[in-house]
Amino acid sequence: MATAAGIFTNTIFGFIRASIMFAAITTAGGELSGYTVAQAATYVWLGQALLAPIEAFGTREVSQRVHQGDVAIDLLRPTSFLGLYYAQKLGRSSFLLLGRGIPPLLVGAIVTGLALPENPVSYLLGAVSLLLAITVAFLADMMVNLAAFWLLETRGLTIVYNALMNLLSGFLIPILWFPDWLLTIARATPFPSMIQTPIDTLSGRVPPLEALPLLGTQLAWLGVLALAAQLMLRVGVRSVEVQGG
Amino acid sequence: MADSSRTGPARTARPVRPRRADSADRPVSTARMVATLYGSRIRSQATFRTSFVTDVLGQVLIVGTEFLELWVILSQVSTLGGMTLAQVAVVYGLGALAFGIGDLFFGEIDGLSSSIRSGKLETLLIRPVPLLLQISSLDLSLRRIGRIIVGLAMYVTALGISGFQPTPATLVLAALAPFAGALLFGALFTMAGALQFWLVDGREFANAFTYGGNYVATTPGAVFALPMRAFFTFVIPATLIAYAPTLALLDLPGPLLIPSWAGWMGLPAAVLAWIIAGLLWRTGVRRYTGAGG
Repeated sequence: MATAAGIFTNTIFGFIRASIMFAAITTAGGELSGYTVAQAATYVWLGQALLAPIEAFGTREVSQRVHQGDVAIDLLRPTSFLGLYYAQKLGRSSFLLLGRGIPPLLVGAIVTGLALPENPVSYLLGAVSLLLAITVAFLADMMVNLAAFWLLETRGLTIVYNALMNLLSGFLIPILWFPDWLLTIARATPFPSMIQTPIDTLSGRVPPLEALPLLGTQLAWLGVLALAAQLMLRVGVRSVEVQGG
Repeated sequence: MADSSRTGPARTARPVRPRRADSADRPVSTARMVATLYGSRIRSQATFRTSFVTDVLGQVLIVGTEFLELWVILSQVSTLGGMTLAQVAVVYGLGALAFGIGDLFFGEIDGLSSSIRSGKLETLLIRPVPLLLQISSLDLSLRRIGRIIVGLAMYVTALGISGFQPTPATLVLAALAPFAGALLFGALFTMAGALQFWLVDGREFANAFTYGGNYVATTPGAVFALPMRAFFTFVIPATLIAYAPTLALLDLPGPLLIPSWAGWMGLPAAVLAWIIAGLLWRTGVRRYTGAGG
């Protein structure tokens, strides 16, 4: 029931977003910064499909466990802390990819049509890019959550993070539509690596050869964020004070 | 003298008591109760200043980035759905203002599902206060004022820029529209809440119409293809909240299905929506089964 409701809402939002983009592209004369109507449709439906599996808009579990002290149990486990949560995330994402990812694509294919990649390699690279995006989003989300070691209330941080994500990840509108200064800012952040890159790669709008540097960027962010998250965890654990046994 | 001070005010008050008795024993008036309930919530949330200020700023940021979507599009093309940036800003500001007010009072109703599932709703049901009023005041989130502030500022400024010609009729409409819209959103939230009695797990289902309604309301209605435009005008009247009033205020011709005069239809639509919402809510509450707690 919750999944069905989620799919329904997701689809309605897809229609609204597609309407806005179509209107803009039609006014611009059929193409806007490299996006035709068919590509815009693919962009919107892939975005709606990948939103749930990537979990770009964050989770709150770890920050709550830090506040309640349950994190001590996680730290006692004989597995690495980040590895434990990453494994859980991968499991969740695989389910969400099937359950929440396929329906919006089907609706999109039937109602507006989708632009499929010309080169089959795009699917392969797209899958890799998606896995990288899921990982980058996971690490960034972990960092927001781990801030709970120092902050009493992480809601404010989450709100800011989500607002930036909304805008800079290319979820609402493709970052190529941004004015130059905003595009420069967006490209200096890991946010496009979480949503814009997997969509571009998977849809074939960016052909495989040009997608490789994008995947490289994702990989670089993965490395940077993994180091940062690990560092935060190490320093944070020292400041943990857990009451009781 | 000494004697009267020892027995205290109780004794001196006694002679007046018969006169005040009937008003003291009667339950407080509805207006008084509303003031007390909302007042306590507002005071409690304003107590933690820093947290309150950050929350409001966070809301301002969210509304700002949402508008950036439209702004970026309009930096690429001159008009969206036949409207310039200033005109779109009127639609957005009015929509955000209306949603902000509606969300402030009714936004948490869709969170009802957890108390329905756990059967804890009867703690509210046994109190001698209307259920809807309790839920509305209990969950009043003052931080939502952020959206109201941004919406109002944008609405007024954009009206000024986009060449609004004030006449008595348009001034009335300009003042009326945010409240009609807020009422409509309130009705949508209440319907969404009432649906939880049947759907239980379907909180997200209702989001399509409340948050989706907000998304549509803050967008020029002409961008939607005809079937969608019809749905969001006649079934979920989201285009009547901000887009249609803006057409009427700025004297713009409307697209098919949404003529300029439809700007005045917000209030009738809100009344109709509240009648349906009220019926749904009543049926839903009757259907509710407690957990016997």
